[in-house]
Amino acid sequence: MGNFIGKAVKRREDARFLKGAGKYTDDIKLPKMTQSAFVRSPYAHAKVLSVDISEAEKADGVVAIFTGSDGCGEYGVPCGWQVDFKNGETMREPKHPLLVKDKIKHVGEAVAFVIAETLEQARDAAELVEVEYEELPVVTDPQKAMDKDAPLVHGEWKDNAAFDWCIGNDRADVEAALEKAHHVTEMEYRNQRLAPNAMEPRSYIADYDVNADKYTLYTSTQNPHLIRLLMCAFVLGIPEHKVRIVSKDVGGGFGSKIYHYTEEALLTWASKQIGRPVKWTSDRSEAFLTDAHGRDHVVKSKMGFDKEGKIVAHLTDEYCAMGAYLSTFAPAVPTYLHGTLFQGVYTTPLIHLNVVGPFTHTVPVDAYRGAGRPEATYLLERIISKGAQEMGMDAAEIRMKNFIPPFDGVKEEGYQTQVALQYDSGNYQQALKKGLEKLGYENFRKEQEEARKNGKLLGVGLSTYIEGCGIAPSAVVGALGARAGLYEVGQVRVQPTGKVSVFTGAHSHGQGHETVFAQFVADKLGIDMADVEIEHGDTDQVAFGMGTYGSRSLAVGGSAIIKSIEKILDKGAKIAAHKLEAAEGDLEYASGKWTVKGTDKSVSFGDVALTAYVPHNYPEGLEPGLDFSSFYDPSNFTYPFGTHIAVVEVDKDTGAVDLQRFIAIDDVGNIMNPMIVDGQIHGGVAQGVGQALLEEVVYDESGQMITGSYMDYAMPRADDLPMIETDNTVTPCPHNPLGVKGAGEAGAIGSTPAVVNAVVDALAHLGVTDIQMPLKPQTVWKAMQN
Amino acid sequence: MNVTITVNGKAHTHDIEPRTSLVQYLRETLDLTGTHIGCDTSGCGACTVTLNGEAIKSCTMLAVQADGSEVTTIEGMAQNGEMHPIQAAFKEKHGLQCGFCTPGMVMVAADILKNYPKPSEDDIRHGLKGNFCRCTGYHNIVKSIQLAAETINE
Amino acid sequence: MIPAKFDYIKASSVSEAVNLLDKHGFDAKILSGGQSLLPAMKLRLNRPEIVIDINGIAGMNTIEETGDGVIIGANCTHTQILNSEVVYKNLNILHRTVQTLGDVQVRNRGTIGGSLAHADPSADYPAVVLACEANIEVEGKNGKRTIAATDFFEGIFTTALADDEIIIAVHFPKVAHGNYQKFYQSASRFAIVGVAVVHDGNAVRVGITGVSDTPYRATEVEKAYNGNSDAAEHAVDGVEVMSDHFADTEYRSHLTKVMVKRALEA
Repeated sequence: MGNFIGKAVKRREDARFLKGAGKYTDDIKLPKMTQSAFVRSPYAHAKVLSVDISEAEKADGVVAIFTGSDGCGEYGVPCGWQVDFKNGETMREPKHPLLVKDKIKHVGEAVAFVIAETLEQARDAAELVEVEYEELPVVTDPQKAMDKDAPLVHGEWKDNAAFDWCIGNDRADVEAALEKAHHVTEMEYRNQRLAPNAMEPRSYIADYDVNADKYTLYTSTQNPHLIRLLMCAFVLGIPEHKVRIVSKDVGGGFGSKIYHYTEEALLTWASKQIGRPVKWTSDRSEAFLTDAHGRDHVVKSKMGFDKEGKIVAHLTDEYCAMGAYLSTFAPAVPTYLHGTLFQGVYTTPLIHLNVVGPFTHTVPVDAYRGAGRPEATYLLERIISKGAQEMGMDAAEIRMKNFIPPFDGVKEEGYQTQVALQYDSGNYQQALKKGLEKLGYENFRKEQEEARKNGKLLGVGLSTYIEGCGIAPSAVVGALGARAGLYEVGQVRVQPTGKVSVFTGAHSHGQGHETVFAQFVADKLGIDMADVEIEHGDTDQVAFGMGTYGSRSLAVGGSAIIKSIEKILDKGAKIAAHKLEAAEGDLEYASGKWTVKGTDKSVSFGDVALTAYVPHNYPEGLEPGLDFSSFYDPSNFTYPFGTHIAVVEVDKDTGAVDLQRFIAIDDVGNIMNPMIVDGQIHGGVAQGVGQALLEEVVYDESGQMITGSYMDYAMPRADDLPMIETDNTVTPCPHNPLGVKGAGEAGAIGSTPAVVNAVVDALAHLGVTDIQMPLKPQTVWKAMQN
Repeated sequence: MNVTITVNGKAHTHDIEPRTSLVQYLRETLDLTGTHIGCDTSGCGACTVTLNGEAIKSCTMLAVQADGSEVTTIEGMAQNGEMHPIQAAFKEKHGLQCGFCTPGMVMVAADILKNYPKPSEDDIRHGLKGNFCRCTGYHNIVKSIQLAAETINE
Repeated sequence: MIPAKFDYIKASSVSEAVNLLDKHGFDAKILSGGQSLLPAMKLRLNRPEIVIDINGIAGMNTIEETGDGVIIGANCTHTQILNSEVVYKNLNILHRTVQTLGDVQVRNRGTIGGSLAHADPSADYPAVVLACEANIEVEGKNGKRTIAATDFFEGIFTTALADDEIIIAVHFPKVAHGNYQKFYQSASRFAIVGVAVVHDGNAVRVGITGVSDTPYRATEVEKAYNGNSDAAEHAVDGVEVMSDHFADTEYRSHLTKVMVKRALEA
């Protein structure tokens, strides 16, 4: 054993992708398949006065046109998480229709769905649909949405709040401590709205088979089983066993493909109406207008320090946009995935966060890489650095003073935060020290001083982050409002010849599960990786699953597989004992065989597998076969942490920021495949840097998105980034069998404040203490002028 | 319009609508779905193929314009089942994750290496300016192209 | 994204293209490199009924050195210009401009004639043709004429080209000393500010793109220069400066002065 875990095994999925043989949804063609196009609202808030499809229906190739009056999915798509008001009032949950009949609530909402023989015909006919609108007033800013006279997104309630929620210590206690604090640092800013922009646009094909009365939906989702459950039980009211969801190769998700989108249900419904398969693939322009966005918090925060620089209290109020409707996990993101991280890696004794989640006339906001934790980390890591700057302390020193002491979660207990969670294990000092050494912190400070004398603006920024992932214990999230469990399912089927098929409810859309999962399965069974196949993304193949998000695949999905492997080995031992005529307790399993301890008598895994399926000479009372499925429900979240350090140079004349170095020291627990972990960190860091420097969804006053294409929405390109210097510390997770914590989001969580801290540091001598993201040259230049 | 386009060494003749873009022709008519569509403003580079040896964005060219030309797509890079050195290098250096931008990256890398047989990191990063990757932070893509250059120069 | 329907005609001569333009007027559009036109057509912002492809016209894609100048055919791709020895040696400012333009794939398709005719206010070529005092050779139903670069740009996507005219070639003088400084818009990589400076003895000519809805010669800078780069202070004198979410009027004005100064000093 131990041949594959921890090795940089090359990915087995690469060959097909590199040869252009991947099968993304848009690559699939079915016999008799139709194509489709949506008629979408150009207004953010408007009454739909009429929809006239008469001309469009006459267009070449049109198969059918549906509008909101055709009775599809009356209840619309549901939300999967309920966050109630702190006063006990129930969360306000508007209907989210598949096609709008009465009132448009954001630009891009669909009013008609056109199906035709070819895509060209569908597009041409869609242009012929005449819709009359009456424009209404608009609000897109989450704070302004709570103004007394703000236009209401939904008429049912007296204001735009979906919920008003708080977490932490008693507000009065926190306020009192701030009153008495030696120094109080304040921040007000907007954690700007981002568009996730997975490179593969969403794509769906629905195929209704009239003879079997069965639906198949091919979809670019991160979450096939949950989509099936939501769509069957809540949207369309169709039997779950008559629906198959297939989601094989998916071109990135970053959160945006977790959710159940209106188009998925509408296509599924429409396929039955027309009796033919129907395909829809989003354009990038449509993606900007319809894929769930991320972030969009308006933040006001105070952190109090004593004279030594120890944090005494932290109070924050936020307005976090929900957008026009509640997307699948939306309410959880700025609350339970956000507020529970406000302890950070510090011993802050008093914390209070209040979050109002207003509706706005914008695309719904939901989890985007990191989901609530990047926003929390950004605030904590900025405000502690700002506090240090204001008090004349060093940014590293103030962190060292406030760190929670190391604990392994085994000998030392987990750390109980003021915001509900108990951290599993951590050693925050070690990661920071390693980062500072890698940078050469002392030398950098000298270099910076010299550079300033020559008019060059260099800066360094630190971020010592923690995040909570591996989501999540079902009972905990249930208590917090989740309407689903967050366990995972792993089935291990040993075939008669000893080859192994693994079925996981986790979903890979770039993470390399086919490789990493095979690594640990092969090791635990003592067999070759070539004998293990990982299957995912098909509800007819995989028993059940909760999909991939929240950096949960290995920690939760991997653990479910481990549970099944344990069952396989237990049963295998019974068969082996029978074959070896030995007591089960006298056997040991290693290198793919059971051996009678202290002898050379052994039987191989393959022999046992064959015997299980050809049970001629077999233990009495034991069922044939070697195939186990397990549900694993974690006992806690996992808590990766680390230190990110950015070095920047700011052009004093233009405000342009040049990211010169980026150091990422991440502790993701045990590492199964360091090549893949590094890759996850690289990508996460790039997205985090993107938020810091480039990315921003901007709506104008009328609710039009003015950054709706790659001409205006800036994302990192290859020449925006340096090589990313990665390293790790390893603090195993004490509560899952692999000791893993998760690496998918850490890069995006830790990196953003490091970059902003670096830019502020570069300008600190000019009196700059804060700059609004993204740090566009214009914004930085203006900060320097004031 | 009747056009003849040689794709991956094989001549194809079809009657196509003028408004069909080259990428649609490749994907829909020839079923060469390795070339992807990631945007509608020539911004992402996922649809990159080579036209008479030069990298182009096949979403921003009409198929009728390619009449009489030679097009190579990602499907034409491997020879006799052997991956092209660029493809092999991407695998070796983990230059891909979700794989969606990958064909475009490989095809533009071929153009970069044609013009810069011994590229600097800067040459590579500037050469990749027309291609988005949202997974890798470009780190391992740059490493892959560096390795490919070494392999090809050997 | 699929354009609205159109008819495609591949012109085999300039006169054929000109006659088609004359016949179809606003319903027709010239297709050169297509790097701006085709995306606009896919978004259905532009929906010509006739697309006249001029790529097949012989003699329009050559780069020719004359005694004191360089003539660049309108169908020359950016890559062709970038790789041209003649341009590198005699018109290095253009070589440097093209280095900053688009990306590999766009340079391989896009053409100088197409870019000039499109007249995007943030495109790179306008600054350099203005500073070089290039002449743009065009042909219409009444024959050929030459338009001075300074007379060519009339506004956003608007030029002095008559409805029946197409660009045939751009005539540049040889330039010994000049350079192009560009500040990129971070999404599109077009110019927020692009400044071309050509030194002519003690005098300079300064062309600026990206700043106003029409590219312009910074005549106040040219007048004030006299060897002193502080003349950059006059870069936006009398100019209506554009504003967007990357650069408002204040910042863009400042940036223009910075880039002009850098271009003067380079």
